[in-house]
Amino acid sequence: MREFDYRRADDVPGAVALLGADPEARYLGGGTNLVDLMKTGVERPARLVDVRALPLNRIEPTDDGGLRIGATVTNSDLAAHSGIRHRYPALTQAVLAGASGQLRNMATVGGNLLQRTRCGYFTDLTQPCNKRAPGSGCPAVRGEHHNHAVLGASDHCVAVHPSDMGVALTAFDAVVSYETADGPGELPLAGFYLPVGDTPHRETALPPGALITGVTLPPVPVAARSRYRKVRERASYAFAIGSVAAALDVSGGVVRDARLAFGAVASRPWRAHAAERVLTGAPATAEYFAAAADAELAAARPLPDNGYKVTLMRNLVVAVLSELAEEAAR
Amino acid sequence: MASSTSSSVTLNINGEKHTLSVDHRTTLLDALRERLDLTGTKKGCDQGQCGACTVLVDGRRTVSCLQLAVASDEREITTVEGVAEGDRLHPVQQAFLDLDGFQCGYCTPGQICSAIGVIEEHAAGWPSAVTEDVRPEAAPPPLTPEEIKERMSGNLCRCGAYVQIAEAVARAAAETRTETEEAAA
Repeated sequence: MREFDYRRADDVPGAVALLGADPEARYLGGGTNLVDLMKTGVERPARLVDVRALPLNRIEPTDDGGLRIGATVTNSDLAAHSGIRHRYPALTQAVLAGASGQLRNMATVGGNLLQRTRCGYFTDLTQPCNKRAPGSGCPAVRGEHHNHAVLGASDHCVAVHPSDMGVALTAFDAVVSYETADGPGELPLAGFYLPVGDTPHRETALPPGALITGVTLPPVPVAARSRYRKVRERASYAFAIGSVAAALDVSGGVVRDARLAFGAVASRPWRAHAAERVLTGAPATAEYFAAAADAELAAARPLPDNGYKVTLMRNLVVAVLSELAEEAAR
Repeated sequence: MASSTSSSVTLNINGEKHTLSVDHRTTLLDALRERLDLTGTKKGCDQGQCGACTVLVDGRRTVSCLQLAVASDEREITTVEGVAEGDRLHPVQQAFLDLDGFQCGYCTPGQICSAIGVIEEHAAGWPSAVTEDVRPEAAPPPLTPEEIKERMSGNLCRCGAYVQIAEAVARAAAETRTETEEAAA
């Protein structure tokens, strides 16, 4: 590991000032991804600015009836929060579906959004990777890609974003707040992650040196009837091969409102707007749920070894929406 | 800005303070084992995937291989060496002994620290990924074998002593509940 300077920040402006404009400096949250990447040499920061002690560890109601989650709230505290469990249960389920109890106690909300892909080529310094070494190529396109993207990818990169939390946050229109030396800013999660295109190394729209300070959930009444379902290669403690965050409001057998987002199928948590448009106003039946999934997955461009994900996601959407519709009918 | 690659830290371990100079690259795990001779905490994968290095930091189970020592300054750390009360083993330790919750023993310190965390997290009403209804108005989930397996999934055991480990955690949790109820009565 490269030697590095370490500073602990006491307040947000101090943290931003400590990082400065240094491209070789990194904020340290729980460290569950960054420290691991430093050990393997994927990340080689010259300075770490520890932000764990910043006063950003609270979940508070907003004036319009939403919730503001501080950036250093741990995954554990987010999942256990009664307001989240009551009003956005799919978010609690998504967080609990990720990592292990130990890692959830360490990892932070801000860090979760900025975690890197687990693509085996990205983490292997002996391999080319356009995300890690721009212009070096993407071996995954013709190599090992059974868990890579089927939506929104390019020939330059087919890696998927590993977050579970981010999928639920995307379904519920969360907004990311950040601080820079020039003042604060906001980015809806829908625009937080950049399209892959030919610049997969540029992952977010955050300005250089920006520190994520929190994530705000707007009031989303339909989210009270929501669910997160994750499919993985073992029963626990594994990344998704496909996941769905869904919320459904049904009355009189008709869908009044729906939210749907997919995980592990794209370089970012994937909001399924095309599917939501099909669902709204449609009968709450498996036939229409399948039609909604098909509308979203029509854009899928699977690689030779990951076409199963298209079928998997279709079945997952139908299963989760059917469960939510059954609950609503009870 | 002057930069340096090492710092003086005070590690509060099992109630005892140790002040030492650490290279910033040192993990809490390596500081415990290599600097303080607290070798109960084990290095397995060193990548946060196996749980052998689990300790309690400010009461919460944490993998010490991904925690930098310099970032552990002034935090309250409990290792497997610090969970017993004098000669009286922690209920989790006693249950692992009585029910054969190990074979080679390498993962055991991490399993024990993790189980202590699991029992506290469950007592605090935290749901898990296998909890049917996570809403706060639902009844708290009983600590079923399925719940224990999910909550302990961050601790691998290459010998495969999982069946006895799950039984040991269940017994220790039941004993802890009884003690809490007796104390309250």
